[in-house]
Amino acid sequence: MKISKETKIDLFTRMVKIRTFEDETHKIFMAGKEMPGFLHLSQGEEAMAVGTCANLTFDDAIYTTHRGHGCIIAKGADLKPMMAELFGRIDGCCKGRAGSMHFADVKTGCMGSNGIVGEGMRIAIGTAFAQKYNKTKNVTAVFFGEGATGTGSFHESFNMAATLKLPVIFVCSINFYAQMTHKSVHIPIEHVSDRAAGYGAPGVTIDGNDVELVYEEISKAVKHCRAGKGPYLIEGITYRHHGHFIGDPCNYRPAGELEEWLKKDPIVLYEKKLLKEGVLDEKGVQAIKDECKKLVDEAVAFARQSPQPDIEELYKDILA
Amino acid sequence: MFQWAINHAIAEEMRRDPTVFIIGEDVGKPGGPFGVTRGIIDEFGPERAVDTPISEGAIVGLCVGAAAAGLRPVAEIMFMNFITLCVEEFYNQASKMRWMFGAQVKVPMVVRAMTAGGYGAGPHHSSSLEAWFASMPGMKVVMPSTPVNAKGLMKAAIRDDNPVLYVEPLSSYRLKAEIPEGDYITPIGKCEIVKEGSDITIVSVGRMLQEALKAVDTLTKDGIKPELIDLLTVNPLDMETIYASVKKTNRLVIIHEAKQTMGIGAEIAASVQEKMFDWLDAPVERVAAPFTHIAFQPKLEQHYLPDATKLVTKVKQMLG
Repeated sequence: MKISKETKIDLFTRMVKIRTFEDETHKIFMAGKEMPGFLHLSQGEEAMAVGTCANLTFDDAIYTTHRGHGCIIAKGADLKPMMAELFGRIDGCCKGRAGSMHFADVKTGCMGSNGIVGEGMRIAIGTAFAQKYNKTKNVTAVFFGEGATGTGSFHESFNMAATLKLPVIFVCSINFYAQMTHKSVHIPIEHVSDRAAGYGAPGVTIDGNDVELVYEEISKAVKHCRAGKGPYLIEGITYRHHGHFIGDPCNYRPAGELEEWLKKDPIVLYEKKLLKEGVLDEKGVQAIKDECKKLVDEAVAFARQSPQPDIEELYKDILA
Repeated sequence: MFQWAINHAIAEEMRRDPTVFIIGEDVGKPGGPFGVTRGIIDEFGPERAVDTPISEGAIVGLCVGAAAAGLRPVAEIMFMNFITLCVEEFYNQASKMRWMFGAQVKVPMVVRAMTAGGYGAGPHHSSSLEAWFASMPGMKVVMPSTPVNAKGLMKAAIRDDNPVLYVEPLSSYRLKAEIPEGDYITPIGKCEIVKEGSDITIVSVGRMLQEALKAVDTLTKDGIKPELIDLLTVNPLDMETIYASVKKTNRLVIIHEAKQTMGIGAEIAASVQEKMFDWLDAPVERVAAPFTHIAFQPKLEQHYLPDATKLVTKVKQMLG
């Protein structure tokens, strides 16, 4: 597959945008004054989010996990209402009610993050059902981690999607820790992708830190789904740079593990590749980083000036 | 008949609105375990009468995702005990989604669940669990009691823009009545005053209307004038109609098949005592199931279930 220069720059830019947003969010959260609740960050896993969403339009749907900022940014959501949401402000994408774990941005096809591990899958099959029912060629991608493959939702959803031939791409980011428990402790097989065979669906395992590889594999999955052939499972091997939540001391990680993975940081690797290929020069890379920083700074400024919701908001929109 | 009233309401709505479809185990070709959806697949085809694997969580999850994407699913979960397998989809997902996402989506879906007290169906097939769903903001719960309101409430539920749980009693399936033709709607959130009276208000829930009607006959013969209210919707409760009745009769008893503890009757009693204390001539009483499990054994089941005799005894005690 030939990836255009324009697409390469787009893939790189989307990853940098996510990293910049999450690094800034991390700082603000740790300062402890402006961002309430829990925060789960996805630094290190950007290639899975970007390689997937770069294949989708706003009319395609995604469902994300409690660690969903990256996927939502990759899909194209505006950073300002996202940041305001994290601040719990009225101009947040969910009016400040949802916070980090329950983001949705329906106009860009981000149909919902989920605080319940695995639950996005059961809902995703419904949106895929609607796409098929309405005879669109759209698809639904649902993101989850290896921890979610132990839930009943994984089996029920995959089995249902395969039985009804629904256009669902199951995107499993292996980040090696289900909260704090290592993959080797709770999954009896080497590759989650092997499970797809049990549903008569294709399943592949790829390097989830190689954004072009993810992009290519997902484009195959999208074609498969658009052709009405049912679900597709892609397992990408990646790594979560931070702990389960921000504040997690990560004492369950062996010494040196993080350092090894930092060498395989998807953004660092891709930057090197693009420089080597001459797609970007140092100046071009810096310009992208500066532009992303500017967008994130504007988002933070937007969030800070947005008011907190009135108490009445608690009672609005309970019923349609 | 009651079961054809449900069937006709669904079929009429499917004719009127192409976004309405039915889904569940056995709902298509088999026509439902008790024939409620018989014939629907013949008229609308398997795309709109969808047989699924036995996956309650995925069925209701699919409904949530399909509803959020603009369809109007009508799912069958069969015996209400099976709903324990998808409480997650109601509680964390369907009921919260609109509020949580800042009104970005509507979740117009109907789930049918059947209660089967009185059939010796035993602990896993006979429970009435509506109170769980009555305590969920963002849900509506209706409990039809006659063929007429079975039709009217189903049509109202399908047209409602919120998740609606429709509780239908197996013992009422063969109840006969003239079913109103065409667009007959029973409004959700309104009780019906079945019989006016002045001595005591009886509020019946779901199939207990049939027991209450028998009790009212007996009491009338004994010179007592009860006012009988059929609750019809347990979420949201129409307390205003009940308050107005209590103002007139000064006594209130609630009869429901579910357990007394933490039941609908408890909520009604508490509200009446808060708002209407000065109008009460006797404590509010409940005729409901005791705090134990429903038995398969006929003698034990009969003791467990509320009925007309127990209601007559209670009313006579209250009137001293």
